[in-house]
Amino acid sequence: MHKLLTDSPGEKMLLLGNEAIARGALEAGVSFATCYPGTPSSEIPMNFFSISLESDLYFEYSTNEKVAMEVAAAAAVSGLRTIVTMKHVGLNVAADPLMTLAYVGVKGGMVIINADDPSLFSSQNEQDNRYFARLSGLPMLEPTTSQEMKDMTLAAFEMSEALELPVIIRTTTRLAHVRGAVELGSLKPVTKKATFEKNPFRFVTVPAVSRNLHKVLLGKLDKAAEISNSDAYNEVIGTGKWGIVGNGACFNYVKDAVKDLGIENKVSMLKLAMSWPQPNTLHLDFMKKMEKVLVVEELEPINETELKALAQENGITIPIKGKGVGAFSRLYEYDPGMVRQTIADFFGIEYKAPEKLDLSKTPELPARPPNLCAGCPHRATYYAVKQVFGPDAIFPTDIGCYTLGLLPPISMADFVICMGSSASSSCGFAQATNQKVVSFIGDSTFFHSGITGLVDAVHNNHKFTLVILDNGTTAMTGHQIHPGVNTEPMGIERTRISIENVVRGVGVQDVHIIKPFKLKKAMESIKKAMDYDGLSVIISEELCPLFAKATKQFKKAKPFRINHDKCKNHRDCLNLLACPAMYLEGDQVEIDKNACIGCTVCAQVCSENAIVPVKA
Amino acid sequence: METKRLVFIGVGGQGNLLASRLLGEAALLMNIPTVVSEIHGMAQRGGIVESAVLLGDVSSPIVSSAEADVLIGFEPLETLRALGKCNEDTVVITNTHPLPPFTVAVGQGTYPPVEETLQFIRKRAKRVIELDGNAIAEEVGNPLSLNMVMLGALIGSGTTPIGAEEMKKVLSTSTKKAFLESNLKAFDLGMAKAM
Repeated sequence: MHKLLTDSPGEKMLLLGNEAIARGALEAGVSFATCYPGTPSSEIPMNFFSISLESDLYFEYSTNEKVAMEVAAAAAVSGLRTIVTMKHVGLNVAADPLMTLAYVGVKGGMVIINADDPSLFSSQNEQDNRYFARLSGLPMLEPTTSQEMKDMTLAAFEMSEALELPVIIRTTTRLAHVRGAVELGSLKPVTKKATFEKNPFRFVTVPAVSRNLHKVLLGKLDKAAEISNSDAYNEVIGTGKWGIVGNGACFNYVKDAVKDLGIENKVSMLKLAMSWPQPNTLHLDFMKKMEKVLVVEELEPINETELKALAQENGITIPIKGKGVGAFSRLYEYDPGMVRQTIADFFGIEYKAPEKLDLSKTPELPARPPNLCAGCPHRATYYAVKQVFGPDAIFPTDIGCYTLGLLPPISMADFVICMGSSASSSCGFAQATNQKVVSFIGDSTFFHSGITGLVDAVHNNHKFTLVILDNGTTAMTGHQIHPGVNTEPMGIERTRISIENVVRGVGVQDVHIIKPFKLKKAMESIKKAMDYDGLSVIISEELCPLFAKATKQFKKAKPFRINHDKCKNHRDCLNLLACPAMYLEGDQVEIDKNACIGCTVCAQVCSENAIVPVKA
Repeated sequence: METKRLVFIGVGGQGNLLASRLLGEAALLMNIPTVVSEIHGMAQRGGIVESAVLLGDVSSPIVSSAEADVLIGFEPLETLRALGKCNEDTVVITNTHPLPPFTVAVGQGTYPPVEETLQFIRKRAKRVIELDGNAIAEEVGNPLSLNMVMLGALIGSGTTPIGAEEMKKVLSTSTKKAFLESNLKAFDLGMAKAM
């Protein structure tokens, strides 16, 4: 049985924040869950996926976040308790349905999990999605611990039903990927089906309807503000006259700092757990009692700005500070030490930070960037394409493991801004320049948002080559399924959509299927695509070896070794492929037989035929 | 109880995330408040993997510069790179077996001699526990048990309130049967090295 289905109320489990969210949803009797995976949100749907295989929960990996939001919205307006999860940039994709779903609202509780990524551990930007609560007019909760991740998810369903509005829970990496003790509650049964009741004056958003719905939304927000002002979520801790307002992960740093500095009796902390709508009555009451207020929030100065405006309106003149104090900046995540130091400085407390070691004489250390795995088919495809097109073509790329093609010696990533941008930006590059354009997109990303760009390329007669790196899974985020995955080996019934049929179906005339581990043949096809006067698509098919191993589809092959009688140390293998199974022993290249998966690509590249299978 | 801040540093595949999670599980078993932080995703493709375990009356799940009580390094170069987490009282536990990053193989840097690396650490940290974790893992016939060796060394060092019995109990319930014996052996040998 899945550990999150353990029905033993009162038991304590060490849960990852994302697991705690999944558990909270199960305790709310969640019936319907959708997502598109993205770090740091991915473990929530991964748990839902396995749970759905052994319970009545409906779960789907949707094509992209917009689709996930719309599928979930329909379930919620029909009356089912529904959850949809995504990373912060995913909410950009889902922003269109989000904005108007706020107008129509929901019937069954609907919770939107949004995972922000301050410091960009695994993202292309560090946008602050607390703005989305303001933009859409939806309530936002910000838990601070694994326990609260569970409890607030459960409570968010109740709030959503009471307000008839979706509720956004905002997490960050330091909540999503933190484990803490969670006391379990009891599980609730799933409601499998609901009945949709027609109501065009609520659900069909023509202008005449929406004009009224906007007013309805503002009315609901007034009710939400009452909850925010109550003690249900937001709380003031302490009775001192030094005010600190904190939210999310960094509230923990505030709590620890106040204790470490021994200023518990001087400080009042306002823990902002329901951060939209702002609890203005609570804020006013708080600020009136304070001599000064420090706002501790990562990324944008949102609470700070709103508190300042509220103070100004109400004639409160105490100092309210946030960004710019000490090391508080709009950049990157905060940490306990800097919050402690900044609090000490702001309130004039004497504090001496632990002394750092003298590391001035540290030798220069070699970098250890992430790398494509040993035997990764992307490396072979990149090599083959570069052999044919040369290094000077423009290489727009996309979001996935293959973005690591940025690193030398591959160095084949020139432009990426978001999911799907490879295909559409190629249209622009091809039209705006006379340079050759070859772009790369993964299979999951192609379904997510690559198809529309490809349609644009066909329709507007753009000339470039799109390489679809089809490794049969959503690899980067942990091997989730997508519409092109063969789910049979996993024992799951899903209809597989052929990438080739989609590509031909939208009208691409020059289509090549290559097997990247067969370099010579692959390069012949790539050459044909390069010579074709028009739009070409190359589909490079080879399973991600990690996924193949995990799903028992991996065909074991003999690892390779260097035959030193033949090796003349040209080092093409090392210098052109940079497979992490290779290393230098003295000045000789060696292959780690435990890391090598026998893909044979280096053996095909070696001009001396000096790379041979290890004898049994 | 006294707060303990532990930083685990390693290379993708060495299993330090599992080690930190298991330590957290043992803390839970002993009713010691704990938070464990991990980095998933992009950071894992052969790059540096950092995790942290905080024990005691503390809410923050991460460890700032110079604030680690214990640094557990699964690879000597990465132990050196993470020394910024240490102050003069930090106990450093490090594997001595090098795993050169790929950049070295392609000539984008040189791996400093291991003995020099260790010497550099010894000169700065108050107490350094060094062990060839990979050799021990090989010795027990399970190369993947490096994380168990390092966990053993941590418990053996006496720097945490986590007991060996509780730790072994967690290992027994969360390890596949085929690896249990070798994992426990690796743990014991690691522990003996640090005592």
